[in-house]
Amino acid sequence: MINPLLKVEDLTLHFPQSQGFLQPKRLLRAVDGVSFSIQPGETLGLVGESGCGKSSLGKALLNLHRPTSGRVLFRGENIAGLSDREKRPLRRKMQIIFQDPSESLNSRHTVGTIIEEPLIIHRLGDHRSRQARVNELLDMVGLPASAADKYPHEFSGGQRQRIGIARAIALKPELLVCDEAVSALDVSVQAQILNLLLDIQQELSLSMLFISHDISVVQHMSDRIAVMYLGRLLEVAGASSVTGKPRHPYTRALMDSVPKIGSSPVERAPLSGDLPSPMAIPTGCRFAARCPHRTELCTREEPALIADPNTAHQTACHHWREIIATTASAV
Amino acid sequence: MTDSSPLLSVEQLHVAIRNDHGISRDMVSGVSFTVAAGETLGLVGESGCGKSLTAMSILGLLPRPQAGISGGQVRYRGEDLAGASRQRLRTLRSAEIAVIFQDPMTALNPVHTIGRQVEEVLRLHFPGLKAGDRRQRVLTLLEDVGIPAAAERVNAYPHQLSGGMRQRVMIAIALAGEPKLLIADEPTTALDVTIQAQIISLLISLQQQRGMGMLFITHDLALVAQLADRIAVMYAGKIVEQQPAEQLFASPRHPYTKGLLAALPAAAEQPKTRLAAMTGQVPGIDQMPTGCRFANRCPHADDLCLNTDPALESFTDGAAVACHHWKKLND
Repeated sequence: MINPLLKVEDLTLHFPQSQGFLQPKRLLRAVDGVSFSIQPGETLGLVGESGCGKSSLGKALLNLHRPTSGRVLFRGENIAGLSDREKRPLRRKMQIIFQDPSESLNSRHTVGTIIEEPLIIHRLGDHRSRQARVNELLDMVGLPASAADKYPHEFSGGQRQRIGIARAIALKPELLVCDEAVSALDVSVQAQILNLLLDIQQELSLSMLFISHDISVVQHMSDRIAVMYLGRLLEVAGASSVTGKPRHPYTRALMDSVPKIGSSPVERAPLSGDLPSPMAIPTGCRFAARCPHRTELCTREEPALIADPNTAHQTACHHWREIIATTASAV
Repeated sequence: MTDSSPLLSVEQLHVAIRNDHGISRDMVSGVSFTVAAGETLGLVGESGCGKSLTAMSILGLLPRPQAGISGGQVRYRGEDLAGASRQRLRTLRSAEIAVIFQDPMTALNPVHTIGRQVEEVLRLHFPGLKAGDRRQRVLTLLEDVGIPAAAERVNAYPHQLSGGMRQRVMIAIALAGEPKLLIADEPTTALDVTIQAQIISLLISLQQQRGMGMLFITHDLALVAQLADRIAVMYAGKIVEQQPAEQLFASPRHPYTKGLLAALPAAAEQPKTRLAAMTGQVPGIDQMPTGCRFANRCPHADDLCLNTDPALESFTDGAAVACHHWKKLND
């Protein structure tokens, strides 16, 4: 077995929430005990509904939010809780791109300056070699060299995401976190950016954490997929297993909710109710309140994420075996 | 196909927007379609194609004075809406034609309880209804749209509800006046996929019960496949193709529709392989070509396409296509 590039152990990220004057603070448990690993060159997809903590998890990996507890091992070295100065050499190796490129690009700088900036901060090369690198990066993301002298607002949304990608790969990272990186783009442009990410991944042997609410996009981009719900992972397995043969009742409801061309319309929504508040996480299984298969055990005891010894398919459900056995015949 | 005249008929609609320099440009350029009672027409297109402007112009909701109908007709049961007074449009909006938008938070009044907002519509429409009966009707409506514990929620303010619940309240308000035509503009785009499934199945069942006509506007092809009888595809202010829904997905005729379907991640044969992305981008409103508006991205474009804008040609099988070469391309 190869050593994972990134190994996350029991990571938590809690935000104290003020309730008002003299009221006790409550905890928003955005990430609440998450463990997983990413191999070199692998893409792990992370899916879940809004508020499940997937973006917070991505930011906690890069220390953009300081984790409350747990470890983030990058090539075996724990980077959780390091100071900015201490983590700087590692930050070169881990980059993130966000949904809205126009918010993360400084509108008063030219595209050339924006892409060059990480090279300057990390004191790489002289001015001339940095210029050459900027041109090389623009070429890699499919933009003309003339783009360097323009400003972000002169570009379309898809082109701005290309600029964001060029900046993210300027330091030759080993891990790229994509946080809803194509969610704001139209289908025709989205396909262009997904292709670009696939090309770059191959060229740089990048590992990726691909975070998105869009399951069809994650399915296309990922080797494995992790399903997150209320701060926890409920299922982690190969991409085709999670989308094609999901085990956890939540994953199954999620997959059934995805509209597909050619499938008959949803007659009855697979899942009722809303996501509970991450400030009032129920005891027992977090999904129990919405789960049609819950038992007394589910409301009492939280199931651990356990790997199937044969397939390494990880599921956090007390009853997945019975549920699959009973519902398979009904389908 | 119904023999009766359509509920809504839009003929050669043009919508112009004036820019900061006072120059008017047609953002919607000769759009025609009909919606019959009990039928759902899906209007599909990417951002900026003019689909929402089309919806707003039907309802007289275009932002004045920058935008306005610059040509064509909108007829509701034979009555011309393009030339109707604001007073008449307001009456129709509350009595006959209802609308649901993407973001219920901007459409709901934050300082009134949801019960009061539903009640207001009833008061307007059914002035003879006694106060007690009216309150009972509010409860029934909230229950109809699947709001649990409606008797308690009736006194809630919009901010106290989740996004899915707020969208249900919007639907309850839209249905309170028992409209004959429902215009839904990206009604589930801001919602999570499990909630989206709930809202879509709700819309389908309510439409069937009430025999409403529905104009469903979205960028999501897989979603519109779930509920539309017919689909019109818009590109750069024009309808380029219209077909019965199943027929459209089985045999798309316009190269743009084909390109859109092929660019979906779900259309890829293998995960992590390059998608069939369309090249280029939609021409800007100031650079609209004289010929076919899709020509600069079309792999089949020739001189004819660059010089002559193809008309939307209708066929006996219910399809209409605006492409010089579709027949040749489909042989």
